[in-house]
Amino acid sequence: MPDATTPILAVEDLAVHFPMGGGLFGGARRTLKAVDGVDLVLEPGECLGLVGESGCGKSTLALSILGLQAPTRGRILLDGQDVAASHDRRARARIVQMVFQDPYSSLNPRQTVRRTLEEPLRLHGTTDKAEIESRVAAILARVGLRPDQAERYPHEFSGGQRQRIGIARALVLEPRVVVLDEPVSALDVSIRAQIINLLLDLKDQLGLAYVMISHDLGVVEHMSDRVAVMYLGRIVETGTWRDIFAAPGHPYTKALIAAIPDPFRDGVHARITGEVPNPLDPPTGCAFHPRCPDALPLCREPPAIAFEPLGTGHAARCRRVHELAA
Amino acid sequence: MSGPALQVEDLRIDLAIGERRFAAVEGVSFTIEKGETYGLVGESGCGKSITALSLIGLLRPPLSASAGRILLGGTDLRTLPARAVRALRGKRVAMIFQEPMTALNPLKPVGRQIAEMFVLHEGASWPEAERRAVEALRSVRVPAPERRARDYPHQLSGGMRQRVMIAIALACGPDLLLADEPTTALDVTVQAEILELIRDLCAERGTAVLMISHDLGLIASMCRRVGVMYAGRLVEERDSRAVFRRPSHPYTAGLVASLPLLGARLAGGRNRLREITGVVPPVTAFPDGCRFNPRCPSATEICRDVDPPPETLPPDGLVRCHHHA
Repeated sequence: MPDATTPILAVEDLAVHFPMGGGLFGGARRTLKAVDGVDLVLEPGECLGLVGESGCGKSTLALSILGLQAPTRGRILLDGQDVAASHDRRARARIVQMVFQDPYSSLNPRQTVRRTLEEPLRLHGTTDKAEIESRVAAILARVGLRPDQAERYPHEFSGGQRQRIGIARALVLEPRVVVLDEPVSALDVSIRAQIINLLLDLKDQLGLAYVMISHDLGVVEHMSDRVAVMYLGRIVETGTWRDIFAAPGHPYTKALIAAIPDPFRDGVHARITGEVPNPLDPPTGCAFHPRCPDALPLCREPPAIAFEPLGTGHAARCRRVHELAA
Repeated sequence: MSGPALQVEDLRIDLAIGERRFAAVEGVSFTIEKGETYGLVGESGCGKSITALSLIGLLRPPLSASAGRILLGGTDLRTLPARAVRALRGKRVAMIFQEPMTALNPLKPVGRQIAEMFVLHEGASWPEAERRAVEALRSVRVPAPERRARDYPHQLSGGMRQRVMIAIALACGPDLLLADEPTTALDVTVQAEILELIRDLCAERGTAVLMISHDLGLIASMCRRVGVMYAGRLVEERDSRAVFRRPSHPYTAGLVASLPLLGARLAGGRNRLREITGVVPPVTAFPDGCRFNPRCPSATEICRDVDPPPETLPPDGLVRCHHHA
C-alpha cells in the first residue's frame, strides 16, 4: 500500500520516440526523441512548474502522464501504481486530470455545464441522482460559479468563467494531480489574476498537486514550489522555485530568464541567438551547445551531459556549471 | 520634412451592425515623433489593432474610420483617395503582423516577396530587386541570405519568417512601422532577438515605430511613451517608466497590481494577486460614463454619468479619470 512518503507521481527514465519518414513515401527512417530520459517526482500538494520553448517535449511529457501517449521506455507511477501496467483508464482518471489552455475549444459547445460535469461522475459509477446533484453544486461553488449557471452553455460565459468550468470538470472526480497546460495564457490579462488565485486556493484547500506547463516565467515563479526546465526532450535543470529564479545554474535557464522584458529596465537582452535545433538531428554532447554563450569544445563531446548537483534538490546538466558559478 | 512622423487626432472608428453604429474607438489622439517607439497596450477588444489598421488604410466594412485626422508626415490619410493610400502603404508606412505564416504568401519564395517591394514602389527591375532582397535579408540578420531568399515560408522557422516580414516592411525605408504583437507567436528567446532587431534597425534608419502588445512589460521596456487603451479609449498616456511605477488610471493600476511580475516573489514573497473584477465589455455594450466604471474600485456617481475628459498629467502625460491618482 502507498504510504505518506510515496510521491503521488513518479516519472522514471521516461522516453517517447516517434518514428519519422520511411513507410509509403520512402526516405530514411529517423527517430524524433520528443522526450528522452526524463525523471520527475511530484509530492502531494506540490506545484511543479515545467518550463521550456516549443518543441522541448513538455506537452508530450504531459500527455504521457495522463496516459494519452504510450512511452517508448521508462515508467510512470501514479500513487505508486504503474500507469502502463494497469490498463485501467478509469483508475488513472480518478488520480490525474487536466486543465487545457484554451477554454473556448476544450468545452463541448452543445453540452450544458451540468452535463459536462455530470458525465465523468456517471462514467465512474455514481448513479444516485441526489449525490450527482450535490457534487455538481459543490464543485461549481468551489470554482466560484453559481448553481443556476449549470443550465447554461459554454458560449454564454466569458473566457475566465469558461476556464473555471474547465477547472471544475478536472476536479469533479476529486483527482490528486492536475496537469495545467498554459492555464492562463489564452485569457485576457485583467482576468489572469482571478484564475491564478483560484488555482492556488484550490491547491491549498484540496491538497492538489499540479504539473504546470507555462512559458510565462512570472506565472511560474509565482505559482511553483519546484521548477523543471526542459530543452530538446530532457530536463536540463531542476530545483526549488528559489533555486531556479535566484541562482539559475544552466546557461539555458539564465538565458530564458534574461529574455523576459523587464519593465523597469530599457530594452530586452537576447543572451542567446539562433533557434532550437531540429530535434531529428540533435547536437552531440550538450544539446544546447550551439546556442550557448558559455560553450567550450568540451561541451560538444558525447555522451549526453549528466546532472551536476548544485545543492539539495538543485541540479543542472552542464559540464561547466560549477566553474561558471565561481 | 519637419514635424512628427504621425499625428492621430480625435480618431473614431465605427463598427456597423445592421443600421446601428458603435464606436469601437473614440476620441483617440496621440503623436509619434520621428524615430520614436510608441507603445499601445491593452486587452483584446480594446481597439488597439484596429487603430493600427486605420493608420495604414486597411479597415474594411463593417469597420470604418469615421472621424478625426490621421496625419502621416502632414498628409491626412483619411481624406486621401484609396489609390493614394495604396501608394503610401508599404512605402511610407508598413506593418508587421503577429503570425508571419498567414501574412506571407506560401506560394512564392521569400526573396521574391521582398523584391516585389522594390519593383512596385521604386520601379526597380526584377534582377536588381532580387539582388536588393538578398541585402534586405542580410540586414535582418538571416544567415546565408542568398540561399534563404529561394526558400518558401514553410521552410523557415517562426523567427526566420518574422525576420522576412521585417525585411519586407522596412524594404522601402518607411517613416512609420506598425508592429502588432510582432512576437506573441514566438518563443521568449527568439522574441528577445526580434525585439532587438526591430529596435536596432529602426534606430539606425530613424523609423518611427508603433508597437502594439497586451504585454505591459514588453511595451514598457521597448518604448519611451506608452498609451493604455481600454474599451476604445486611450485612458492613460505616459512615459513608460511612470506607467509601471506610478500608474494613474485605476485600470492601469489594477493591471500592474494583477501581474505576477518576474522577480516579485523573490523580492517580497508570494502575495495574493490583486484581481480586477468583471470582464472587458463588448463593443456593443460599452457602459455610459467612464467605460471602466463597472469594474473600478473607486467609481462614484459621476463616473456612471459623465465620460471623463482627458486631463494633463505633468510633465507630459494624460489620463481620463475623475479620480485619478
